[in-house]
Amino acid sequence: MATYKTSDFRKGLKVQIDGEPYLMIEMNFVKPGKGNALYKCKLRNLLRGTVLDRTYKGGDSLESADVEEIDVQYLYRQADLFVFMDNKTFEQYELSTEQIEDNWKYLKEGMVCSMTLFNGNPISLSPPNHVELKVEYCEPGVKGDTATNVTKPVKVETGAEILCPSFINMGNIIKVDTRTGTYVERVST
Amino acid sequence: MSNGSAPETPRPEFAPRASLEALRFRAGMLRRVRRFFEERGFLEVETPLLSADVVIDLHLDPLPVTVFADPRQASAGRPMWLQTSPEFAMKRLLAAGFPSIYQITHAFRGGERGRLHNPEFTLVEWYAVGQGLAEGIQLLSDLAESTLQRGCAEAMAYRDAFLKWAGVDPLQAGCAELAAAARQNGVAIPDGQELQDRDGWLDLLLVDCIEPHLGRSQPIVLYDYPPSQAALARIRPDCPPVAERFELYVDGIELANGYHELRDAEELRRRNETVNRQRAAEGKRTLPVESRLLAAMESGLPPCTGVALGFDRLVMLAFEASDLAQVLPFPLEIA
Repeated sequence: MATYKTSDFRKGLKVQIDGEPYLMIEMNFVKPGKGNALYKCKLRNLLRGTVLDRTYKGGDSLESADVEEIDVQYLYRQADLFVFMDNKTFEQYELSTEQIEDNWKYLKEGMVCSMTLFNGNPISLSPPNHVELKVEYCEPGVKGDTATNVTKPVKVETGAEILCPSFINMGNIIKVDTRTGTYVERVST
Repeated sequence: MSNGSAPETPRPEFAPRASLEALRFRAGMLRRVRRFFEERGFLEVETPLLSADVVIDLHLDPLPVTVFADPRQASAGRPMWLQTSPEFAMKRLLAAGFPSIYQITHAFRGGERGRLHNPEFTLVEWYAVGQGLAEGIQLLSDLAESTLQRGCAEAMAYRDAFLKWAGVDPLQAGCAELAAAARQNGVAIPDGQELQDRDGWLDLLLVDCIEPHLGRSQPIVLYDYPPSQAALARIRPDCPPVAERFELYVDGIELANGYHELRDAEELRRRNETVNRQRAAEGKRTLPVESRLLAAMESGLPPCTGVALGFDRLVMLAFEASDLAQVLPFPLEIA
């Protein structure tokens, strides 16, 4: 396993601390007066999403983490497991409900997502920023009401509930931003 | 991933990071600093960037250069150093009878790169003959006032700053007490921080608990440092003793370091030897203890204060930029 010395530290580095993978999301080089160089880092745990503040001294080092991003296709859900396939190797990967977090809301069969692997094992998933979902059920829309500030919950094909403007009807296709979980626009009626 | 948004126009590789506006502003600042010292009768000097002597400091790493005589044997020659500051050469001028002097010059410090560091940078350095600590602080405050226009500097003892913001006495507390203060204040402590490394604890507290408060509404000068951080400052035999060193801060950023200068050659030789032992223990190369500065001090350095101010940082703050790269044409990566 490669190691990174403090002189290699930079934003975007993937490192391992206590056996867990971290992404260096901030790195500040500070040097007080006549003092020793300090490397102040913010590190995001790639398994849990928590952020760690760590300070390193010049000459310290961190182990690199074997982290890679691959494109996968969503196949199906089996109880608490979501099954994906690597588009290049056809290898299958499973993520638990905990690992998938809120992203189950956007998964449609065949959808291509980006998956993060740590030591070859899947740890997290990023769906495309925008997905189009069919409305399965909602209270009927008010005809002619095109106001977007009055919202109602609608149930989409994945089973998730999304807050939408009141003019949305069953059978509509809506676009949702997966980063915020919010309605973007109506794609078709 | 961005779809539909207009592509950014890439900056050509050869082009400077700093804008024309920033570099115009920088040129104006050079004139202002020169005028400040000319008005006060300082003589502008230029000293070599490349010297056989170099400041010996545990945490300053000069870049070595081999000055060859025969270009066909370029690796054989006299080892010299790109200067971390023009301090030695300027003090040799003072010992030779020069009046108050200043210079604006490039300096080099290996391994330093960040938002506020570039291994090659510009220093304003000056020596005021006959001055003591209070006058040295006053002159620095005057320069800050006339270049930054944020008022004169408030002066605060290093000890008072620690008592106020870290709740610990930096001159008298033991290592365990400093470590406890660091933990209480939520300081992120490096794994390799050793309990006996007293200056290490002081620096961690300074960076996390003190510096963020410094120079927010007006510039501030910290003064009277722990003797272990004297570098080339005189130690005043108070009880407890303090180093007559001072530092200017603006917006939490360290801008200048000054000394009421040490004049005792023997004392400097002892400090050099101590620092070299520490350097060796940290796996760093040792630096030449004997130097022409020691000879100059033996013949007599006049009482004086000396200050080094980071010119790039001064421009950055006055220009309201947040990264040195905004005021440097070509930072390290594209130099």
